[in-house]
Amino acid sequence: MQREEWGFVHQNPRDGLRMRVSGGANVAEPLMYLGQRHYGKMRQATIDWLERVELDTLRIDDKPRNFSGGMQQRIQVARNLIHGPRLVFMDEPTGGLDVSVQARLLDLLRELVRDLNLAVIIVTHDMAVARLMADRLIVMKGGHVVETGLTDQVLDDPQHPYSQLLVSSVLQI
Amino acid sequence: MTPSNAPERYYNYAYLDEQTKRMIRRSILKALAIPGYQVPFGSREMPVPYGWGTGGIQLTAAIIGPEDVYKCIDQGADDTTNAVSIRRFFAKVADVETTEDTGQATIIQSRHRIPEKPLKANQVMIFQVPQPEPLRGLEPRETETRAMHAYAEYGLQYVSLYESVSAYGRIATGAGYPVMIEERYLMSPSPIPKFDNPKLNDSEAVLLFGAGREKRIYAVPPHTTVRSLDFDDYPFEVQTWEQSCALCGSEDSYLDEVDLDDAGQKMFVCSDSHHCAERREAGHAGPMAGHALDQSKEPAP
Repeated sequence: MQREEWGFVHQNPRDGLRMRVSGGANVAEPLMYLGQRHYGKMRQATIDWLERVELDTLRIDDKPRNFSGGMQQRIQVARNLIHGPRLVFMDEPTGGLDVSVQARLLDLLRELVRDLNLAVIIVTHDMAVARLMADRLIVMKGGHVVETGLTDQVLDDPQHPYSQLLVSSVLQI
Repeated sequence: MTPSNAPERYYNYAYLDEQTKRMIRRSILKALAIPGYQVPFGSREMPVPYGWGTGGIQLTAAIIGPEDVYKCIDQGADDTTNAVSIRRFFAKVADVETTEDTGQATIIQSRHRIPEKPLKANQVMIFQVPQPEPLRGLEPRETETRAMHAYAEYGLQYVSLYESVSAYGRIATGAGYPVMIEERYLMSPSPIPKFDNPKLNDSEAVLLFGAGREKRIYAVPPHTTVRSLDFDDYPFEVQTWEQSCALCGSEDSYLDEVDLDDAGQKMFVCSDSHHCAERREAGHAGPMAGHALDQSKEPAP
């Protein structure tokens, strides 16, 4: 089940990718784990997914280290969605990326989630990400859930002191 | 056989002590019971460095008896330094008859080749293995590769084939081509050329693999299914040559390319030296028959 129906996007793309093999092989790997043995079909699926995550398909055989952080993260997203999982975990997928890249990646993720009818559990410290992405929100502190609810409800009217602290610490521009 | 208390019998029979040989035999039995599974064993220090065949020598020492006829090849040839040394070693410590004749041998130790002549039911083929773990180049952690074998999760091996196809347009692995044993265990066939991979399948002989440095023994019992990995659209293929053997004219054996001079002249000859010699004796001749390299060799020591 972990292989077939889940995906896991690591905070640091280097943890989620095989750095020794090409980006294309990274994206195709879940298919091979699930028994796909036809190179041509895998290749085509990989190219399709690189297009969907807006990467240059000519760079399919480049090693992950030759891609920028945002691109690596998108390779990781493609790798975790190619086999059509139903549930994807994302651990701060936009942490460590600059703001414009973050925005595009979030846009992309939101689109993919809507298109593919995915369930995603996303872990973040960024209130803006939460507001943009999440339908429901769980606030956790020290390993315990302190508050749950619809995203807008929690962010607009936080009840727990920790939630209040989080919401009030967001910088206003 | 020399009595065990004779002065020249300084070492125990077949070099290793009896406890060690028993331990290795137990590992061999386990390996035969689980084809393709790598059985850890207490590899001993041998009088040659790691990488020179310590695993194969220990396997041979554990199974050899005075009635055995021993053949040892390196890269297919009986007359290379390593093969000659190991053959002499067993002639000395085990009092066995040695041979270059594939058909006569009961134990054949090899690295890099399986003889061209089909193996028979009373023969044991022993392979010297530098790296028993086919997944090691892709996953350096032993704990991980063990889990992969336990769950038969071999997608990772296909990743390397995928990489090969995307880089070279074909599966470029030439030697140590990974195989599936009975559709269960992924196994490295030791660095034999993939030309020899089909000979592993449904073999009449017992195939034993020993890795001394890595302390692993694995085995393929007779009549076991051995399938070389491939993709549906990139099927497994063996090497082919446009030339035939320059000395014996063989068209279906594995050929080595030999440089003859600085001007770039070269010849292709059988890698299996006994196979080639036997054919020449039978009257076959290649385009360069009579060449300086084509002379009868001294008999094996």
